[in-house]
Amino acid sequence: MKIGKQTFKLESMPYISYTSSIVGPKEVQGPLSSFFDTHINDVWDKEKTFEKCESKMLKTCISNLEKKANIKDDDIDIIFSGDLLNQCISSDFAIRNFNVPFLGLFGACSTFCEGLLLSSVMIESNLANTVICSASSHFCSAERQFRMPLEHGNQRSTTAQATVTGAGAALITKEKISSSNARITYVTPGKIQDLGVKDMANMGAAMAPAAFNTIAQHLTDTKRDIDYYDAIITGDLGEHGSKMLHDLFKLENIDISKKHIDCGCIIYDLKKQDVNCGGSGCGCIASVFSGYFFNELTAKNINKILLVATGALMSPISSGQGESIPSIAHAIAIENEV
Amino acid sequence: MEYLQCFITGGIICTIGQILIDKTKITPARILTLFVVLGVILGFLGIYEPIYNFGKCGATVPISGFGYSLYKGTIKAIEERGFIGIFTGGVTATSGGIAAAICFGFISALVSKPTIK
Repeated sequence: MKIGKQTFKLESMPYISYTSSIVGPKEVQGPLSSFFDTHINDVWDKEKTFEKCESKMLKTCISNLEKKANIKDDDIDIIFSGDLLNQCISSDFAIRNFNVPFLGLFGACSTFCEGLLLSSVMIESNLANTVICSASSHFCSAERQFRMPLEHGNQRSTTAQATVTGAGAALITKEKISSSNARITYVTPGKIQDLGVKDMANMGAAMAPAAFNTIAQHLTDTKRDIDYYDAIITGDLGEHGSKMLHDLFKLENIDISKKHIDCGCIIYDLKKQDVNCGGSGCGCIASVFSGYFFNELTAKNINKILLVATGALMSPISSGQGESIPSIAHAIAIENEV
Repeated sequence: MEYLQCFITGGIICTIGQILIDKTKITPARILTLFVVLGVILGFLGIYEPIYNFGKCGATVPISGFGYSLYKGTIKAIEERGFIGIFTGGVTATSGGIAAAICFGFISALVSKPTIK
């Protein structure tokens, strides 16, 4: 049911029953190391290309999810998956190994929440019972896609973020099939915001207004205030973008800084790991949610979260042609049933 | 003393590049192009010559030196061959650098794999 301007209330409140996560060598040295299910030891993982490595990572991630949930391909109604590469090849090549209907997504770094949104809406509409949503990114394939091939060895600017090597997958079900009580209660798809930022090395600044817009609209639509949630989690605003988000809320006299956690800021040790402003990429929120936050929800350390994945919807071509960066953010309210 | 001069000259040129990367929004590709073009312009204005005389390879190894070689090669070819020299001079003078870059790049690609820091 649509409430307010752009939020949908899900009467069926689909369960997030299981999640699976996998990260790369740098991420596993970060502070969240112990929460990830598995990791790869180097950026190649015995594959010939970075793209193959990313695909393999996603495939492993989804296979692990099936194992955890003890389900087979036939039990899954549909998979939503996406990544950052042209034509979503990481997902395409990973999911050809599964005998499951597949819909590929592109929402840049917002892909994971876009997937969660569509998965839960499939269940809400009674068309599906068991849906997988996944997303991946790989530092080296993303560098080739958006900047320069790694072989070029160019320097990164100080506002740039490092694409997370990792993938996350979640199993969304109509019925309660695990100990998890985490349910998706509201979804707010975002509107594109574009305030004219053109700097591809400063995507946090481009995406902060989108995050602000979606969070504020979600709170208005649901008539909730910021204190309702235990945490408001954004995907990859980074240090710079997070500060901008706090400032935008300050203008509305709301202090979001105590509730706000950015996955890009917590996946690495920003002081020690030389990642400039933090992590980014669809694998960032996908792996951090699937690894860390889902664990916190199951342990009931947190009970109500608003998961907001932000995406910078540009391509190297649009940026090369001088276009600004359109940005989007989708919000998913996840609440433990009490 | 000559070594110190090379070191200072190369160091200053590279520091300018680093400042541009850190403090401006100019992309590395544009900084690269900017340095080549500046090398040509400074060569034409007669400013790069004294820099080269002072700093030797400190002035020729950075990419601005490539621009300076393009300029010098073109002028030389125009003097020797006239109009056609505009097109042949630059690349002729820098052919050693270009071919070496391709050769060594190819060899490096054969024996090494990129990775993250």
